[in-house]
Order: sequence, then C-alpha cells, then structure tokens
Amino acid sequence: MTVIDDRPADVGGVGTAPWRKEDAHLVTGQTTWTDNLAPVGTLHMAFVRATMAHARIGSIDTSEAAGMPNVVGVFTGADFAEECPTLPCAWPVTPDMVHPAHPPIAVGKVRFAGDPVAVVVARDRASAVDAAETVLVDYEPLPAVVDMEQSLTDEVVLHEDEGTNKAFFFSMPTGADIDETFAGADVVVKRRFIQQRLLPTPIEPRAVLCIPQAASGDFTIYSATQIPHILRTMLAVVTGMPEHKIRVIAPDVGGGFGAKLQVTGEEVIALLVAKRLGRPVKWTETRSETNLTMHHGRGQIQDIEIAATKDGKLLGLKVDLLADMGAYLMLVTPGVPILGAFMYPAIYKMDAYRFNCTGVFTTKTPTDAYRGAGRPEATFAIERIMDELADELDMDPMELRKLNWITHEEFPYEMVAGLTYDSGNYEAATARAMELFDYEGLRAEQAQRRADGDRIQLGIGISTFTEMCGLAPSRVLGQLDYGAGGWEAATVRMLPSGKVQVVTGSSPHGQGHETTLSQITSSALGVPFDDIEVLHGDTQVSPMGLDTYGSRSLVVGGIALQKAAGKVVDKARKLAAHLLEASEDDIEFADGTFSVKGSPDASKSIQELALAIFAAHDYPEDMEPDLTGHAIFDPENFSYPHGTHLCAVEIDTETGHTSIRTYVAVDDVGKVINPQIVEGQVHGGIAQGIAQALYEGVVYDDDGNLVTGTLVDYLVPAAPDLPSFTTDRTETPAANELGVKGVGEAGTIASTPAVVNAVVDALRPYGVHDVEMPCTPERVWRAIQSGQKGGAQ
Amino acid sequence: MIPASFDYVAPTSVDEVVSTLAEHGDDAKVLAGGHSLLPLMKLRFAVPAMVVDIGRVEELRGVRDAGDHLAIGAGTTHHEIVHDPLVRQHCGLLAEATSMVGDAQVRHRGTIGGATAHGDSAGDLPAVVSALEGTFVAQGPGGRREIAAADFFQGYLETALAADEVLVEVRIPKHDGWGFAYEKFNRVAQAWAIVGVAALVRRENGSVAEARIGLTNMGAVPVRATASEEALAGADRTEDAIRAACQHAADGTSPPADLSAQPDYRQHLARVLSARAVARATG
Ligand SMILES: Cc1cc2nc3c(=O)[nH]c(=O)nc-3n(C[C@H](O)[C@H](O)[C@H](O)COP(=O)(O)OP(=O)(O)OC[C@H]3O[C@@H](n4cnc5c(N)ncnc54)[C@H](O)[C@@H]3O)c2cc1C
Repeated sequence: MTVIDDRPADVGGVGTAPWRKEDAHLVTGQTTWTDNLAPVGTLHMAFVRATMAHARIGSIDTSEAAGMPNVVGVFTGADFAEECPTLPCAWPVTPDMVHPAHPPIAVGKVRFAGDPVAVVVARDRASAVDAAETVLVDYEPLPAVVDMEQSLTDEVVLHEDEGTNKAFFFSMPTGADIDETFAGADVVVKRRFIQQRLLPTPIEPRAVLCIPQAASGDFTIYSATQIPHILRTMLAVVTGMPEHKIRVIAPDVGGGFGAKLQVTGEEVIALLVAKRLGRPVKWTETRSETNLTMHHGRGQIQDIEIAATKDGKLLGLKVDLLADMGAYLMLVTPGVPILGAFMYPAIYKMDAYRFNCTGVFTTKTPTDAYRGAGRPEATFAIERIMDELADELDMDPMELRKLNWITHEEFPYEMVAGLTYDSGNYEAATARAMELFDYEGLRAEQAQRRADGDRIQLGIGISTFTEMCGLAPSRVLGQLDYGAGGWEAATVRMLPSGKVQVVTGSSPHGQGHETTLSQITSSALGVPFDDIEVLHGDTQVSPMGLDTYGSRSLVVGGIALQKAAGKVVDKARKLAAHLLEASEDDIEFADGTFSVKGSPDASKSIQELALAIFAAHDYPEDMEPDLTGHAIFDPENFSYPHGTHLCAVEIDTETGHTSIRTYVAVDDVGKVINPQIVEGQVHGGIAQGIAQALYEGVVYDDDGNLVTGTLVDYLVPAAPDLPSFTTDRTETPAANELGVKGVGEAGTIASTPAVVNAVVDALRPYGVHDVEMPCTPERVWRAIQSGQKGGAQ
Repeated sequence: MIPASFDYVAPTSVDEVVSTLAEHGDDAKVLAGGHSLLPLMKLRFAVPAMVVDIGRVEELRGVRDAGDHLAIGAGTTHHEIVHDPLVRQHCGLLAEATSMVGDAQVRHRGTIGGATAHGDSAGDLPAVVSALEGTFVAQGPGGRREIAAADFFQGYLETALAADEVLVEVRIPKHDGWGFAYEKFNRVAQAWAIVGVAALVRRENGSVAEARIGLTNMGAVPVRATASEEALAGADRTEDAIRAACQHAADGTSPPADLSAQPDYRQHLARVLSARAVARATG
C-alpha cells in the first residue's frame, strides 16, 4: 500500500495536524480487537440471562446443557459465590449509602432482565449458545419496579436484606440560605425535566479473553476496556487473587463512551473460569446483550427551581434529583449524579444553591458513566431553565445569560458550588458564535414565520455551557469519597538510536492518544514525530496509570508526559554540558539540539546524546546512565472547557418533524495540540448530544422488559440525520503547563440543551413549555396539539 | 445473535430451488439478500433447518420489457432496480421508493422478491407494488401461477406463497404518463417508514382522472386509501381539493402502535403525507 502524505514536512509538533498514527491500521483493517484473538484451545462462554425483571430463582436445570456436544462446563452463581461475592462499587457517595451485594452471576434472585443466571462454557461459541438455550430456570416472578418514584414507596424491595430501594440521599447546600433567597425573589421558575436512559452503543461490543499460564500461575486478560489498570486492581480486590499475577491488556478498543469504564461480571467470570479450567476463556457479547446489559447512561428525574429578580439577576438555584441506579451499584454508579452537583450553577453567578439527590434502585439495567456522566444532565437542566426564566421575564435568552455569567476579568472565580474556575472568556466565544450563526437574522425570520403562520416554524436554541473534566485532583476525589485518585503517569525513554518510547497510563479507545502524545513529545524534545512511539493499554508495559475517562487523557496524562519529557531534557542538558565541556547554565536547548551559548558549533542533538548515554563511556559522575524521565501528575484543579453552541431547528408543524437547519459551535478548549482531533471530538460529541435530544431513548415496559432491545427500536442517528456543523474556537489558555482543557465530552454536554431549547423555542407560540426527550415527531406533534387545544397563552 | 445450526444449499436453477423446497417443506427457507431473514435467524425468531440460497439463480435476476408491463426477476436487487432505465422510464414510482429503502448496503443486497415475499407492510415496496397493481408470479411443484398484489399480502409476515413455492417474478404494469411520488416519513434516514405513502396520478384535461394511493405501515398488510382515491377521481388539481380528498386517506385503517407512533398519529400522518404525495404526483 502506498500512503501519500501531502502535508507539510514540519507537521508533528504541538498545534499541527499530522496524520493520525492510529488511522492506517484502523482503516486498512489491521486492528486487533479482543474478539480477533483466539489462542489454541480457547473455550467460549455464553450467558443464560434473566428473562424477567424481578424474580426469585428456584431450581436451575443445567443437565441438558452439560450433556451437549462440545460443552465443557455449566456454572451458576453458587459456583462463584466464595471466590467473588460481589462486584465493586468504588464510589460510596454518602457514609450510609446502601451497597448491596452484586454477585457476578445472580444468586437467589434476579433483579433486571438480562441479569446473568448461569454460564455455559464450550469449545466453540455456537455450541455454547445452543447449550445456553437449554438451561431451564425456574423463576418465581416478583413485581417489577420500573418507576423511580414508585420505587421509593418501598412496597417491593429489590435488595431485601437492605430493606429499602433508596441507595442514598446526598445533600449539598452551599452559599446563602436557600429558603430566604427564594422567599425574597421576584420570580421563581420551576420545572421537571426527564433525563431518559441512553445506550452508550460503542461500535465494538464488550469482549474479554483470559489466558492462564499454568506454570507461573499468571493470568493475561485481554479486554475491550477503557481501564486496564483499574480493572487489574479491581479483579485482584474482588477475587482475592494476587494483583501481580494479573496482567490486563486493552488491545484496539472500538469506542467506550464510559460504558467500558466498568468492572463487569463477565470479566470476573472469565478469570474465574479460566482459573478453574486452566484453559483460555473468551466471551464476546452480542449486540442484543449490549443493549440489554452494558450499563446505561443518564436516567434521572430533575426538579429544578430558579430564583431571580424581576430584572433577571439570578439569586439562587434548587435541584432535587432522583437518580436511577438500576438494579445494582456498579463501579461509579452513585457518583455520576454527584459529579453533576457541581455543574448546575454552570457559568452563572448566584449566591445560594442547594443540591439534593436520591439514588434509587429499580429492576432495570444498572446505570453508570456515559459521555459526560452527570454534567450533561446538569447542563441540560440549567440551560433549559435559563430559557424558561427568560420566557417568564420576557427577555431574550442570550441577554439573560449575559447578565449573569462570570465576565472574563473575574477569573479565577469561585463558584457557589465550591469549584474555582481557572479561566474562561464567555463573551468572546459567544460573540463569535452569534456572528457565525446570524442570530439577529434568524430571529427576524422566526418572527416572520410566526406572523405568517408558516407550516414550518423556526426555533433558536442556546447553550452557553461549561463543564468540569480532567478527572481529577486526587484530594478532591478523596473529599468526594471516590475510591481512588486522579493522577496519571508517563514515562519518556530515549532509545540508543535516538528514537523515543513514550509510555502512558491513559488508555485510548479511539481518541488518538498515539498522535497527540507524540506531538507533545516532539515539541518537548525536538525530535521528529515519526521517531516517537507511544505505548499504552498493557499493565506490563505501562504498570502505572488510571486510564481514560472524564476527558482526562490530555489534561492529566498529557501534562504528566510534558513533565516526564522535561526530566529527559534536564538529564540530557547535564550530559551535553559534560560532553561539550561547558557549564550547564551556558547550555541552550532548541529544536532538539543543545548548544553552548555564544559558540553555536559546539552542539549535540538529543538523539546523539541518547547513543552517548547508551554507550556510557563518558558521562557525569552524579548521573545514572540513561535518558529516561518518569512523572506522575496529580492536578490541582479540574479543567473547565466552555463554549457557546447555537442551534436553529425547523419544525414541520403538520407532522412534528424536527430538522436542524444550522448548528454553530464555538468551543474554548484552551491551547490545542491537534486541531483535527479536537474537531473530531467536537463533531462526535455534538452528534451524541443531538442523539439524546431528538433520537435515542431506552424504553422499558411496565413489567421491566427492555423494549429497545435492538437497534431497529433504539434509533442511533447517522450522518444523513445530522447537519453540517459550523465549528470554531476561541483560545483562553487554562492554568496548567500546556494551557490545555479537556474536549472529549464537551460537545455532548453542550448540544443537548441547545437542540431542545430550539425545539421549545419554535413551539412557544403554541403555548408549549417543554418537550420530553427524545423530541420525537410524535411528541412534538402532540405538544402542538395540546398547546392548541389548551389555547396559546 | 448467533443462528441455530442449519444446512445450506445454493442451487443454480429455479427447478432445483423448487425441488429442494418440495423435499424439505416447512423446514426450508429461501434466502435472497438475507437482510430480513438473517436478522430473524440471528435472533432465533426463524430457525430453518435448510437454507436455500437463490443468489446464484441467474434466471431470477434482471428487468425485462414484456409489452404492457415490466417483468422483474425476484432476485433483482434494490440497487439494480433504482438504476434500471426501463424501471425509471415506465415505473418511476418503484425506482423512487426503492431508492429510499434502507441504506446503500441494504440496497445492494436486498431484493424486490425478498422485500415483498417477506410480507412486512412496514417495508416500502409492498404498498408501492399495491399502488402499481403489480402481479406476483410464483413457481411450485405444480408449475407457475400469478397472484394479484391485492391477494398476495395476507397478514403480518404472511403472503399467498406456499412453503414449496418460490417467487420468480414481479410484474409491474407500465405507468407511462402517470405522475408519482413516494413520501416516506421516518425518524432517521436509514430506518423503516413510520408511515409511507405511494401516490400515482393520471391527469386528463387539467384535472385528476385517476389516483392510486398505497399506504405503508398502516395495517398488517399494505393498504389502499380507497376513499381518497374515489374522492380524487375527477377532482381539481388544487391544493384544497387534494387536501379535502386526502382527509379520508386513513379511513378504515387500523395501524399498529409502536415506539415511533400511536395509531391516531399514524392516521394523521397518512392524511398529511397523502396530500403531499398526491400534490407532488399531480405536479
Ligand atoms: C438495516 C436495514 C434497513 C432496512 N431498511 C428498509 C427500509 O427502509 N425499507 C424497506 O422496505 N426495507 C428495508 N430493509 C429490508 C430490505 O429491503 C430487505 O432487503 C428486504 O426486506 C428483504 O429482502 P432480501 O432480499 O434481503 O430477502 P431475505 O432477507 O433473503 O428474505 C426475506 C424473506 O423473504 C423470503 N424470500 C426471499 N426471496 C424469496 C423468493 N424469491 N421466493 C420466496 N420467498 C423469498 C425469505 O425466505 C424470507 O422469508 C432494511 C433492512 C436492513 C437490514
């Protein structure tokens, strides 16, 4: 294959857009997905899953399955009860949080449709699936608990030992007295918003392969995971197996969106079965299993109330959440809504804030992190209610925002919710977005269409969002009772020939770490982009790390790398001074070359120095002979990207069909390492946020059966359904070494409220104040119908 | 998502297909493009013991001019139909509607025979063939027989084809001079229609002489909006007249309820989309 690279030769440093190192092997199908791996003698697992949402398990008859061709073993929950009594939840958000046992295979009861009840292990996958179909489970059905509010009445309790369906109640009152603030306000607007559950739908489903090494007692686990490091530690913790005997490898991973930030029962069972049978064991889920059992995102009822003066000055905010945990608490399930707690005040100044959240068990698939995790929900609610307040005050919704946001001179700014935003310029991003969008022109067209009673109505939606990402300062995570820290590790190693190996603890699954981290290294060391190799995703290659989620890879991992590269430069400077017989203070470093001040001919390139230190014939006495730098970076603060997204929708009022006419996104993600990758993250993020607004939604029936079990019923939009996005950036550097902010989740956080605000804006003349997500044509049509019937006041 | 085990044959002639079907009876299933059958097998909703792949039967492919109609081989793909000059010239409605089936991948595999023999009224082509008053030609052990579109679709995933019959041809009368339009309403571009409306209009002396309206996904079988068709016969070509006539488009239908639409909304859509399709077909 010939690769034609027509980009300028100097690409590869910070701020350029070299071809992504990942792409050649991705687009030519040279990838290694976990499912591609098949060591000789691999056994395959198929799970028997609960066919009802809530039931006591009577007998499980595995006899027919056990006797079927190629079947090696059939196991039930009881078989693993001692080795792994429960899967982990690493985020007890309150001291009295109810944390029920979550066995990897159900014991005694099933609590959601899809809960595993048995596993069949066979020599090939088809035999395993065939045999699983014959396992007979005798269920004693119990009533399903589908509705969160009904769950709280505790008439039917999922975890009987706990005696309640309430997992926790978390309260965070901050700032001035909330009741006094509300009592003294001119205007109070209250809304209830529903955050429907979403399926994360990565293209690659989950897969795991566990290979035991009989002689050493080691286990190598390949998993389609975002978190090889956390997974290794957790597998050791939950099974009691020694951590140093477990190696986890995340090979090519095809998307995660938070859904692979998990320690799943299937991974634990793969390990335990491999241990028991002494053979490699593999499981790849089917798409139906993905829909049914991969953790869901969102799932909240949000009661939000905002208080303001009659001039539109915000005074206070009250938020009461019901957060759907699903049947069990998984890795960070309870923490997701709590991350949101800090984001409701968004970019607005106010004195009083109270956040309450009740976590609730229901007989549904567990929820957990999904792109944005808590912050999209918060941003949606605040940006929606800002529009509602503007409507109540008869103000332009952008004017209301301008009146209340933090101005750029006020940074760093301590928010009522307790965070200190380090940087931002909301005015600049907004001004640029308004210009690209032609806000005034569209408002004029909207007025005209309204006056004409046009069949097509225009709506304009605003989202002036920010978010907290770059998880996270370890101390803050500790204060929030999260089970681990938020540092990241990086190593930079000069090889003898001058090439560079970078080891990162952050674990990519589509983002392009190899490219971005090579660029940072290239700029820091002054070595060509192509001379750098980034290693990741294998606990043996990269023993320390905290993986990829929460838009942390660059703002934590990238800065760790910058520091590690700095250590290499420091050592190399020392060596250069020694070899050039100059004082270290007289050594200058530029473009990969150390030279002596005033005598430019006396120089050594860092790549030459790599060979010199390898030979080790001549180096300073107080130096060890290597050019390796290792750094752990623990940030002091979160990262706060922000931006202004503006959306214009056209609604066909006859059919209720919404189409996005214009979408403008001006994001401020600080300094940009690779503009193309940033653009990609913004595009994908916006698409996923639009998906929540208009298309996607998990549906359960009253008995707790998943109705959206296939992608025919769960509609994921594709390119033809989305408009061309107009994107641009402002660049307000963050207060960190690279000036960078996270970008992985920003688009998703921003776009959902922009779209729904636009839909509601289009329908205001019909007396409509909200449309539940996803804003399907039918819902929009019904909103218009009931608005018309109810009279447009 | 893993089908139960099955046997597979790929005969090269219709006679062989028929004899294989005769031998295996209900246990056999014809496989054309596989875009409906394979998903059902993977979900184990369909568990045929014998799969008879007709993809290698050359005589089932292609479009032939048969005088007053086009004879389209059951194995002709959607893609071939969309681009076929005869179809575009004489049966433009079929080309337009077929171009909206699924996505490019689906259209390269899926066939007109499969899309109609599957008997899913949510598919676009059953209503289109109904509006075009096509005829299905089936071959079984006793030879060939013709089945009118009106008799072919019998219920949800049920057609007049017997288990030992293979659909060999779909005959579409030429509609030279007729205006046509297919209005497909869905939530995402590549999804099935929530409601689809196929309209054909023959004009005479400035008014509508004859109109035919086929409705997708408005019942267990494709439905003709007969009350609107009658109201349109002789009607003015004005928007008001068309709208008034199409107010009856959903009369007598009992559409399904699903995640995308309740029946009343489907009926509303059928009326709105019929008016749009007829207006466009009237030109
Ligand atoms: C992602 C996706 C999107 C789609 N979107 C649409 C859409 O928007 N609109 C739409 O109309 N369709 C859509 N389809 C369906 C598509 O049109 C299929 O191609 C069609 O329904 C079946 O045609 P096939 O050739 O694939 O038949 P198969 O799947 O092979 O067969 C379907 C059924 O017909 C029977 N059969 C096939 N050929 C014959 C024959 N010659 N004689 C007797 N029986 C036969 C088979 O036994 C089987 O029962 C979609 C499919 C997919 C996978």
